[in-house]
Amino acid sequence: MTNPNPVSGSPDKEPATEAQESLSEARATPTQPAGDTEQTVPATATAKRPAPAGESRPGMGRMFLDNLWAANTVTVTVLAVLLAMVVGAVLIIVSDPEVLATYSYITARPSDALNASWTVVSEAYANLFKGAIFDPDAVGFTAVMSPISETLTYAAPLVFTGLSVALAFRGGLFNIGAQGQATIAVILAAVAGFALPLPPVVHLLVALIAGALGGALWGFIPGILKARAGAHEVINTIMLNYVAVYFLSWIIVQNGVQNPNRSDAISKPVDSTAQLPRLLGDDLRVHAGILLAVAATWFIAWLLNRSTLGFELRAVGANPDAARTAGISVTKTYVLVMVLAGMLAGLGGSTMVLGTTATALTPLVIAQIGFDGILVALLGRVKPWGVLLAALLFGALQAGGNRMQSYSGISLELVTVLQALIVIFIAAPALVKTIFQLRAARAARLQTSLAKGW
Amino acid sequence: MSTTAVPEVAVTAVDEGFWTRNRKIGVVLLALGVLAAVLFGALATDQHARFTLSETEGGAALEINGTVGAILFGLITAAAGGALLAGVPKRWFALLLGAGLVAFVLSFLCWQVSAAPEGRNFMPLVNVVRGTFILALPLIFGALAGVLCERSGVVNVAIEGQLLMGAFSGALFGSMSGSVWVGLVAAAIGGAFISFLLAVFSIRYLVDQVVMGIVLNLLAVGITGFLYERLMQTDAAKYNSAPRFGNWEIPLLSDIPLIGPALFRGNIFLYLGLLLVLVIHLALFRTRWGLRTRSVGEHPTAADTLGVKVLRLRYRNVILAGLVAGVGGASYTLALYSFTKNMIGGKGFIALAALIFGRWSPTGALLAALFFGFADQLATYLGAIGSSIPSQFLAMLPYLATILAVAGLVGKVRAPAADGKPYIKG
Repeated sequence: MTNPNPVSGSPDKEPATEAQESLSEARATPTQPAGDTEQTVPATATAKRPAPAGESRPGMGRMFLDNLWAANTVTVTVLAVLLAMVVGAVLIIVSDPEVLATYSYITARPSDALNASWTVVSEAYANLFKGAIFDPDAVGFTAVMSPISETLTYAAPLVFTGLSVALAFRGGLFNIGAQGQATIAVILAAVAGFALPLPPVVHLLVALIAGALGGALWGFIPGILKARAGAHEVINTIMLNYVAVYFLSWIIVQNGVQNPNRSDAISKPVDSTAQLPRLLGDDLRVHAGILLAVAATWFIAWLLNRSTLGFELRAVGANPDAARTAGISVTKTYVLVMVLAGMLAGLGGSTMVLGTTATALTPLVIAQIGFDGILVALLGRVKPWGVLLAALLFGALQAGGNRMQSYSGISLELVTVLQALIVIFIAAPALVKTIFQLRAARAARLQTSLAKGW
Repeated sequence: MSTTAVPEVAVTAVDEGFWTRNRKIGVVLLALGVLAAVLFGALATDQHARFTLSETEGGAALEINGTVGAILFGLITAAAGGALLAGVPKRWFALLLGAGLVAFVLSFLCWQVSAAPEGRNFMPLVNVVRGTFILALPLIFGALAGVLCERSGVVNVAIEGQLLMGAFSGALFGSMSGSVWVGLVAAAIGGAFISFLLAVFSIRYLVDQVVMGIVLNLLAVGITGFLYERLMQTDAAKYNSAPRFGNWEIPLLSDIPLIGPALFRGNIFLYLGLLLVLVIHLALFRTRWGLRTRSVGEHPTAADTLGVKVLRLRYRNVILAGLVAGVGGASYTLALYSFTKNMIGGKGFIALAALIFGRWSPTGALLAALFFGFADQLATYLGAIGSSIPSQFLAMLPYLATILAVAGLVGKVRAPAADGKPYIKG
């Protein structure tokens, strides 16, 4: 306990271990060994409060336990997931009339209510797990790998949008516009995908680049408005999201874009030459998008921590006035950050239509990946590798949610609730600390340096 | 507390020299006017553009020849732009800008209405005015919720979630109790529930308010969507058939032509919304509470020094905002539709836009909400007469207008100084 900790870490500080530890959900991440969680706990968690009197030098085991129950990143994350699932369980019970009926005579026979509740909740969460990670009853390669494949398929675009939001956060900007950037990107990628007659590999590259450029354009607008006119990027990105949505719904029904064989709002399908290759055979949906996502994560990690641009970006994010004094062009950095963030979100949108999730434009083609990206970035503590892990958790929830919906009849919306709750608890570690009486440790607060209002 | 200032590059440089902001807007207006006169004039037909003062084709109407009207109103816009360019006193600015824009819209309408197919080439103004107000209603409530929150220094991006939760709990408890009034109270409490979370997390736990708002929106979408599928879809008769408020006709006022049938035969929400604008406006600028709210939003430290309980006031205002937004949500489910998943569909964000466009004042928010409502209504109308203008582009209008507003093209938009900054008593 001789290590008094600075209460506020600067956003620049990023020990290598932290990138690996932000997610405890080892089950969701095939890359992370199960023991990882416990290894990193002592490294990051330190207690601020002096030890109680009479306890001179605690042993290793005692210190480990202390740290385990301190409010460090891992513990808070695990407990946040746990709390979210408890609230989710309450929602499941409350919304099931049959189970609820057993509560009317709970004083007479409490076991009925408890059993019914336990059955419905455990079945739901078991299906969530089976759909996301592993189904013990599955036989054969395809069936065994199917949950993982689904998880990775859902995670890939979230990695990109999560990185987009996280990168902007580090530069001191809040990019709520990942949704709009991905929307413009998905339009350009799809149009390039079915309108241009190109050979296989080139076609895919052109489509991806078209998408990235579309996203970059949609990021450039709020960036330049922020730099030149001081217009707040939160407002502009929200507005541009909706402009993009209406543009998408307009362009789908135009001649040359709409599928001539259909009367509803759907575009022509993307050529097979422009589609991302599948990784595990034609029966499984996982595609090369997840590899691109890992590569992008590595690149952004390098960019943030090792490059000049990354340093300038973090400096501007931490304190624009100081950065300007040091000779960094704040306006140029803002524009660059937004262009890069737009590009990342654009790639995320492109993988939606070039991958296996969809093959043609529809009004809801990119689902909620932009908004989910905000949650992913926050859950990943706005660090690239953290974002990757967070995206895997969210992808797993999504994949499991599908199975939960079809097997247990629990609406997929529960996943949205869980995701939002997890992030709420993450964002307020003090609350988690109070609920579980955790000891104070290095605060796992979001280091987004955003407190500047409109 | 790192309160880093946003650099205001080039904002002051705009007003230098000959090219003042007024002159630039004058040029834009002039160009728009010429465009309207030439393009709309050429496209309009010789048929009459009829603006009837009723809900149907018949009755009294304002008529003008399509081509003549399009050119005439275009020239008025151009003249307003020219006047601004020539350099008129500043007090004329708002009047000229307003006249120019209205004339531009009229020129556009002359073209559209006169070019519509036979039998549909009229515009029933009663419907348009009524539709504008109906579509603006959730925006008015939402924007008022934003005013209450942000004037006291808490950014409210969760308007969407508050409206949605209000709509949901209004429908649910209204159906279960069979009473509109229970539904109304439940809706207000539903909205307040979301804003209570916003208050606790942003004031007590100092979570970034924009982040919290976004997450709360998703939470509201999730919870209402989940319970909708579990309860309302399985047993719609029990959980999703709320009674509805009827229309109340106000004697005398409802006999006024045009305004009467459009505004004074509406439901309780219409009256409530307009009343709230007035009440909040007066309260904000004429009462002790209003002064304290504004001071807490601008400079909480100073307010604290003078004995204002900053945090308590913020809590109270944020929860009040939730009550208002919840009622706004109920204006859907207790008057017009039954609840559907994600039924607010972005209206909360347009309400946010209206709040910003209206410069954080209740009356400004009302006008902005009406403008956005009109754009929405116009899109519906043009779709009905088979216009060549895609409705999607009209639907973009509120968002594009807001971007222009915050970019400083339509005057300086300034938020309350302490908006979004947590107050830590030091």
